[in-house]
Amino acid sequence: MSTSTAPRTQRQLPPSPPPKRRHRSTLRYGGNRLRRAGIVALFLAPSLIPLTLFTLVPMVSSLWVALHDWNLITPMEFVGLANFRELLTDGDTWAAFGHTLGYIAGYLPLVYLLGLAAALALNTALRGRNVFRAAYFLPVVTSWVVVALLWRWLLSPANGLVNHVLGLVGIDGPGWWTDPAWAMPSVILASAWKDLGFVMIILLAGLQAIPGELYDAARVDGTSAWQRFRHVTLPLLSPSTFFVVVISLINGFQVFDQVYVMTGGGPAGATEVVVQQIYDLTFRYGRAGDASALSWLLFAVVLVVTIVQVRGQRRWVTYA
Amino acid sequence: MAHPIRLGTVAAAATLLALSACSQGSATREDSGEDGQVVVRYMEFSSNGGNEQHLEEIAASFERENPGIDVQIETTPYADYFTKLQTAVAGGTEADAFELNYENFVTYAESGALAELDVDGGAYTPSLLEAFQHDGAQLGLPESFSDVVLFYNKDLFAAAGVPEPTADWTWEDERAAAEALTDTAAGVWGDYQPATFHEFYKALAQAGGQFLTEDGSATAFNSPEGIAAATWLAGKSGTVMPTEAEGAGTPDFDSTLFREGKLAMWHSGIWMFGPLADVPFEWDVVVEPGDVNQASAMFTNGVVVSANSEHPEEAQAWLEFLTSSDTTVDTRLNAGWELPPIADQDKLAPYLEQTPPANRQAVFDALEETVLPPVIVRQQEMQDAVTEELGNAAAGRKTVEQAVADAAARVDELL
Repeated sequence: MSTSTAPRTQRQLPPSPPPKRRHRSTLRYGGNRLRRAGIVALFLAPSLIPLTLFTLVPMVSSLWVALHDWNLITPMEFVGLANFRELLTDGDTWAAFGHTLGYIAGYLPLVYLLGLAAALALNTALRGRNVFRAAYFLPVVTSWVVVALLWRWLLSPANGLVNHVLGLVGIDGPGWWTDPAWAMPSVILASAWKDLGFVMIILLAGLQAIPGELYDAARVDGTSAWQRFRHVTLPLLSPSTFFVVVISLINGFQVFDQVYVMTGGGPAGATEVVVQQIYDLTFRYGRAGDASALSWLLFAVVLVVTIVQVRGQRRWVTYA
Repeated sequence: MAHPIRLGTVAAAATLLALSACSQGSATREDSGEDGQVVVRYMEFSSNGGNEQHLEEIAASFERENPGIDVQIETTPYADYFTKLQTAVAGGTEADAFELNYENFVTYAESGALAELDVDGGAYTPSLLEAFQHDGAQLGLPESFSDVVLFYNKDLFAAAGVPEPTADWTWEDERAAAEALTDTAAGVWGDYQPATFHEFYKALAQAGGQFLTEDGSATAFNSPEGIAAATWLAGKSGTVMPTEAEGAGTPDFDSTLFREGKLAMWHSGIWMFGPLADVPFEWDVVVEPGDVNQASAMFTNGVVVSANSEHPEEAQAWLEFLTSSDTTVDTRLNAGWELPPIADQDKLAPYLEQTPPANRQAVFDALEETVLPPVIVRQQEMQDAVTEELGNAAAGRKTVEQAVADAAARVDELL
């Protein structure tokens, strides 16, 4: 995302194309290839070694675990693809994916609209807007455990602030995280609150990359504010929107921390999302093989969804 | 000048970080303690929630008698303990010695994670010692046993003019008293017994039912007795006991309610005697009321030595002291903690002489009719399924009959 890091002084300029030939020209002065490779390796090592140790190796190992029955304590027993077969015929797996999709369906529109509203408001010449920007971004850098505990307390059915305030105006507040019908909305609310600052920052950068001349030209043409928003802002914001949607969807499929802290998958399994299920299978039920298989199912789903999005972006994403 | 100093600070901070990261729960570390002592790490859950200093006292006493050994205790709350232990064992970072409850002992014994112990065993109650044998090998020592009784607030009973519970009480007596004692306007509740797996298998036995068939191949609780037990438990929520939405089920909710004098009757374990010694009201205990049968829940914990321990002899010496020394017996009895598993019943006599509660005899009376939890391979899944379905009944999301039938179907799938 070059838009998100573009300094504001360059907002009038169209994004410059990447200098394509730099690579070739430096190669000519680089001396022998082996030494260059060594230098490249040296620079890559700080990120490559942890990535290999803590991401690639565990990923490949989990595929191995997925082919076994393993309770973490007794020796592993090879079962082939039986874990996958078992998961695909288990209603709990489908329920977990259903809950995850339900979460995404509520979370994505909410966090996008709130983030867009904040970005539009804070893109104007508002007094103290930097303070507001920092304030909206603060939850993003706060630990999920802290935020989830805070929301759990705010939404506490018996003595939470939200139900207390609702009570003052004569509304009998719902049993937020104790009522299966309200538990997922509670999680969605907390998630949207925490993440809207992130969406706001991305969209804000996108808004500032839109050339001012376009608005001037649109004004000369006699457009209304809504028409300028609809036909100038939204199309030119679409690369940022695309980025937000891709990242939020992936995060949505991986939702866990807030669920684990706020509801633990309950009540009555109403918030048992896929990653919570993976956690429960491994650490609660000692079924690491099933859990690893489920991780790979989730990976496959996220991969397919992301490919579809990248392919589909041509239809609606406008690059200026 | 500023640069070398800053660099030095950064380097020192980085080293500290690296060192502290390494020292976090590593079984391979060779920490020799002070003056070349052998360090024995011990992971446990049962001192959590009020008995931590009593365990520290026992360890300090052991270290005085064995100056060459340094016992390092790592306490984790019960709710997280088995997750942590399982992960530690899988990663080879478990302590030299650790605590297990009876339900989990078999899994660990079969895994080969436990070292065989070489003990005389004469000090222990034989049945408890046998509980921690596996395929003829003594893989653990009994550490403690406990049961569940009915705690009651004498002041609340007196204020409401309700006669206090006796050992002859049945469910019906408890229900009537709970209704008379509940005063929602004052925030006082009559009873507390959650609709969970652990209460259900016990209530089922009290109702005369069975959890599994004789051969253990199927559930047997989708029966009139099972429905009676579930009705008894689920019916309390919202009538004589706070609902989940009012906070029930969250950690320490029930103990806080009782401590604040807002709970008249409470089904809880005898390990609460010590933590409740200082409350500003009178309280006592009785054997839990039964229905057609008397049945009390009994729990036993054991301690084991890891097969990976580099100091198995020192670890075993600590466990023998922890489970059967006179210091332990005295500390456990004085603290009102879970009881020591010793064979010599005379040593338990001082326990009965202490108050509160006055009726400590109930602890031993309860042992005459006990019920043990059903144990299956997929234990936690069974417990979660039963607790979830009973919760559905308690919250009114399902009828009791439907919840019991669904719970039975779900457990049958796990067998």
